Amino acid sequence: MAKYIEMIRIRFLMMLAYRTNYYSGILIYSINIGAYYFLWSAIYGDKSSIQGMSVLQMTTYVAVAWMARAFYFNNIDREIAMEIKEGKVATELIRPYSYLGMKTMQGLGEGIFRLFFFSLPGMVIVGLLFPLELTTNVSTWGYFAVSIVLSFIINSELNLIAGILTFFTLNNEGLLRAKRFVIDLFSGLILPISFYPAWAQEVMKYFPFQGISYIPSMIFTEGFRGQAIIDGLMFQLMWSLILLVPIQLLWKAAKKQLVIQGG
Amino acid sequence: MANAIEVEKLRKEFKSYSSRSGLIGAFRDLFTRNYKIIRAVNDISFTVKQGEMVGYIGENGAGKSTTIKMLTGILTPTSGKVIVNGMNPHKEREKFVQTIGVVFGQRSQLWWDIAVQESFRLLKKVYRVSDQAYKEHMEHVIETLDIGPLLDKPVRKLSLGQRMRCELAAALIHNPPLLFLDEPTIGLDVLVKLKIRKFLKEINEKYNTTILLTTHDISDIEALCERVIMLDEGKIIYDGSLQELKANWGEGKQIQFQFAKEVAQEELNVLTADLKVQWQAGERENVWTAHVSPTDMSDVIGRVVAKYEIKDININEISTEEIIRNIYEEGVVYG
Repeated sequence: MAKYIEMIRIRFLMMLAYRTNYYSGILIYSINIGAYYFLWSAIYGDKSSIQGMSVLQMTTYVAVAWMARAFYFNNIDREIAMEIKEGKVATELIRPYSYLGMKTMQGLGEGIFRLFFFSLPGMVIVGLLFPLELTTNVSTWGYFAVSIVLSFIINSELNLIAGILTFFTLNNEGLLRAKRFVIDLFSGLILPISFYPAWAQEVMKYFPFQGISYIPSMIFTEGFRGQAIIDGLMFQLMWSLILLVPIQLLWKAAKKQLVIQGG
Repeated sequence: MANAIEVEKLRKEFKSYSSRSGLIGAFRDLFTRNYKIIRAVNDISFTVKQGEMVGYIGENGAGKSTTIKMLTGILTPTSGKVIVNGMNPHKEREKFVQTIGVVFGQRSQLWWDIAVQESFRLLKKVYRVSDQAYKEHMEHVIETLDIGPLLDKPVRKLSLGQRMRCELAAALIHNPPLLFLDEPTIGLDVLVKLKIRKFLKEINEKYNTTILLTTHDISDIEALCERVIMLDEGKIIYDGSLQELKANWGEGKQIQFQFAKEVAQEELNVLTADLKVQWQAGERENVWTAHVSPTDMSDVIGRVVAKYEIKDININEISTEEIIRNIYEEGVVYG
């Protein structure tokens, strides 16, 4: 276990080496949140609530969804793809650790870094600019913390799957882009799932995407209460376990298929 | 003594796609692809004893790297048996890699953006090396390779020679009994090469470390290895001592004549018809090289000098490099 923790530390150090990149990131995220804030204000107009959400809840939803994204989002799919393309995966396979486990830990190191150097300062800035409703309920914060950890797990698992597919296609830039777009759209980052037509909501129950952004954001804005929170967390937990199966199968097949490119 | 490496009838096949030419061909490729099976390693067998230093040589594309990748558990063999350090590399990967060290000269295994010592620290944790063992072993390694001053620099700021020395140290953190070096001296200057060779000899003597080395630099092999395994098109064409290889192939001398005037090969052949001589045109004008056995040397020189006007004469031993080049060209080893 010590080696995995050491890996989180190393990734944290690596991110720290390039920390200035992040300050511009905060600006971009703030602009994004601002744009959604004005968009939603216009849509709400005089109405006090749509689909049971007030405009204040909606603004908070958008802000939290983006800031949570900074935590669960990582580039391990691209990194795996690149390491396969450049043949660097060879040097990873001669180490006595699980490659996918190490990649996940690197993602976690990156996530923790972003949480402290991006999400927290970003949230303060956004809180100064726009009216947000941050709950004072300690248990809500607790559920939210559990929920974004599960978001991280589900998102990383999807990234691992997308990355491993590179073993078979050797170049899957298109797939990675499509995956990113699908996640942004269906996870509830851009639009809460409750705003989708009923049939679409029904279909999305059979996909893991809403476990990434919709559920933690709804918990935080107290759009979910009581049993709904437990159901949401169970949904996330279930998917984080189910996704382990395709990862194991793909990884097994990938190792057989493995061709080290270059040399 | 136990065998470090046992390989029997090892084979690796790759499927390779060939693209059709032209636009129509490209469209056809979308639906059906032509592919053929390429055999990169073709039923090779050999064993390496613990503590041996073996040179593994061959032309580009002969299958050296593919073999090393199978021996280190990165690639799965198509068929055949591989036992390294008493284990099947592919089956027990995590346990197995604990017992080997690998250096790929062409790719770095240190983390690019962080200081060398952070990489070392991570590897120390990864290989579960105790503080005491690390201190005892690595202090010596760091001193011998002279990398102490480099430890706090990020890898991307190191020169190639500095980086290679750090890579070597990184591969030895867990003091493995078996070391694979894939072109470790590629692109290095003579001084760094000498330092690395000296170091490799030292750890071989001190820890009885087995070393399997691939290289295109024959002087590496001459300096380090008593045994060479030579590979051509996926097959082993020679496996034995370097000494023997030289004795069988390197017998005789080369005499290079630079003539004042143009000379035809016919004339030269006629001149030395009763001796064992092979004439070969040199790279420059009017330069001819005679390959002769040592006993005929004075005869050849005498006859040529008597008949022609000579500007220059050189007498050379046949170098190992030349021997190996000859073998590559002919593809088999006689004798």
